[in-house]
Amino acid sequence: MTMPLSDWFKHRRPTQEGPKEGKRTVPGGIWSKCANCGLIIYQRDILDNFHVCPECDHHFPPSPDEWISTLLETDTWVEQNAGLSPQDPLGFIGRKPYRESLDAAMAATGGREGIITGLGRLADSPVALGVMDFRFIAGSMGSVVGEKITRLFEKSTNERLPIIIIAASGGARMQEGMFSLMQMAKTAAAVGRHSRAGLPFISVLTNPTTGGVLASFGTLADIIIAEPQAHIGFAGPRVIQQTLGEELPSGFQRAESLLDHGMVDMVVHRRDLKDKLSTLLGYLAGHTKAQVDVKVKG
Amino acid sequence: MSRRFYMDFEKPVVELEQRLNALKEDPLAGEPDIHQEIIWLEGQIAKLKVRTYSNLTAWQKVQVARHPMRPRLSAYIKDITTDWQELRGDRAFRDDPAITGGLARIGGVAVVLVGQDKGADTRDRIHRNFGSPHPEGYRKAIRFYQLAAKFRLPVVTFIDTPGAYAGIEAEERGQAWAIAESLRVLSELPVPVVAVNIGEGGSGGALALGVADHLIMLENSYYSVITPEGCAAILWKSKEKAADAAAVLGLTAAHLLNMEIIDEVIEEPLGGAHRDQQGVTEKVATAIGGALERLIPKTGEELTSQRYERFRRLGAFVEAGEKELGLEKNTS
Repeated sequence: MTMPLSDWFKHRRPTQEGPKEGKRTVPGGIWSKCANCGLIIYQRDILDNFHVCPECDHHFPPSPDEWISTLLETDTWVEQNAGLSPQDPLGFIGRKPYRESLDAAMAATGGREGIITGLGRLADSPVALGVMDFRFIAGSMGSVVGEKITRLFEKSTNERLPIIIIAASGGARMQEGMFSLMQMAKTAAAVGRHSRAGLPFISVLTNPTTGGVLASFGTLADIIIAEPQAHIGFAGPRVIQQTLGEELPSGFQRAESLLDHGMVDMVVHRRDLKDKLSTLLGYLAGHTKAQVDVKVKG
Repeated sequence: MSRRFYMDFEKPVVELEQRLNALKEDPLAGEPDIHQEIIWLEGQIAKLKVRTYSNLTAWQKVQVARHPMRPRLSAYIKDITTDWQELRGDRAFRDDPAITGGLARIGGVAVVLVGQDKGADTRDRIHRNFGSPHPEGYRKAIRFYQLAAKFRLPVVTFIDTPGAYAGIEAEERGQAWAIAESLRVLSELPVPVVAVNIGEGGSGGALALGVADHLIMLENSYYSVITPEGCAAILWKSKEKAADAAAVLGLTAAHLLNMEIIDEVIEEPLGGAHRDQQGVTEKVATAIGGALERLIPKTGEELTSQRYERFRRLGAFVEAGEKELGLEKNTS
């Protein structure tokens, strides 16, 4: 555990561009290096700090399990539709077969797809929760992600539950072709029904949330929260740069810039997120509970 | 027909046609052996056309869909509507010329018409941003959808876009937000929605006009989750592989009919819609009329719940414990 003091300062060069997208920057082992400021950090310190760098507040991506234990009360989580797994409807072969990408993603994450959905309790409030997993083919939305989101909204509409979605996605799952695109219409319609039933939906956009996920359920929430410095946008920065042939302004498509442009309601540090969600649900989900009570009494 | 533009794969046809025209214009065209050659050439051209156009690859169809002479929205408005009243603006920021909308009668039926317009000539194309809408374009469309709901008018949309515009201001004004809202509003609209893809169906920017009860595609139009070039750049790291990407994305009308993502395909003349504009626009009018006739008697509740189910069943997955597909029909 010895490390020359000089090493502590060697890599501490804050970069201006902010975090690299979706890169999982907390590898196994005891020490980690912050992808943003270069600080060498004791792993335990990151874990205890909600996967946030204690020096520069860079938000690392937690795994879905870590998100669930961060937000929900112990032993209240009941996963839904865990058995859904992807198909290869087009027999898609790019540089490598889609099947191989799926197998690799399953092996790397231990999950079946890019989202986990379920029910639990956040402080006093029963909630439905969906957590996307960027490690699974860049959190892209294929049929399974769309189906699980849709089922979560349908169940929450029937059981009058508020929904929280932790979004992280590179966009559409192009290997599923138009089935992927159609998930945008499918999920948007399901959000619409939940909304018309007077139920609250809060989305939390993490680094990065882009493309078809942002252009469907991701932005149809009553309240949109973004994580600090999260990259959020419809088109990828490289595509825009190619279209325009010019440099992008600094802070472009970052959470703070979206806040200025009126596209998100707040930027919330992860350590404050649970309290914030609880407070917001206190305002919005009271309505749900009252109606449930009326129903029970009636 | 004058041809100012042709695609690589139709070069042999064009060359023969040019030779034929030259012969016909020859002062000696009446001479027996030249006359013989003209007849022979005409036969060759007819055969070559069938061979060239009747089995277009997915990538060739994408090129036909992008053909600069392909009939655009304005051609359909001119040919198949009466009493066209264009309405403009999103009431918040500006009027986006990439999306055209208004009131029209199609076969005598009053509708709200909304579509992407790629523009007529170079100047008009630039003005209309080549049919790539900004967020205010989608918000303008939403305004028209809501107008239709209020006055119980069916909505007819025309899809023809390479995609929603990817630019700094489009992002800053909420491109994703505007598209998402379009999807939600259309999914809840208590009036019939008929969509016709007349050319390019570029991803979410096309879908924003496509949450319909009845979706029609022209034979050589395409509809894709990503452009073939974009897909090739990401998965093959090379735009040169666009033809391979087009083949595997399943983006042709025939493929999407088989996947039950669309409901109807309209045949085009050999070589594409631009070779017989009026013939094609007439078929489109008939198809829209047929769909409206079937949809108009339905109640708002029936329409919205059937539209919900139509998209609800789309997807391909397995559920643990059973080997069956999660959808009614596989695509293979």
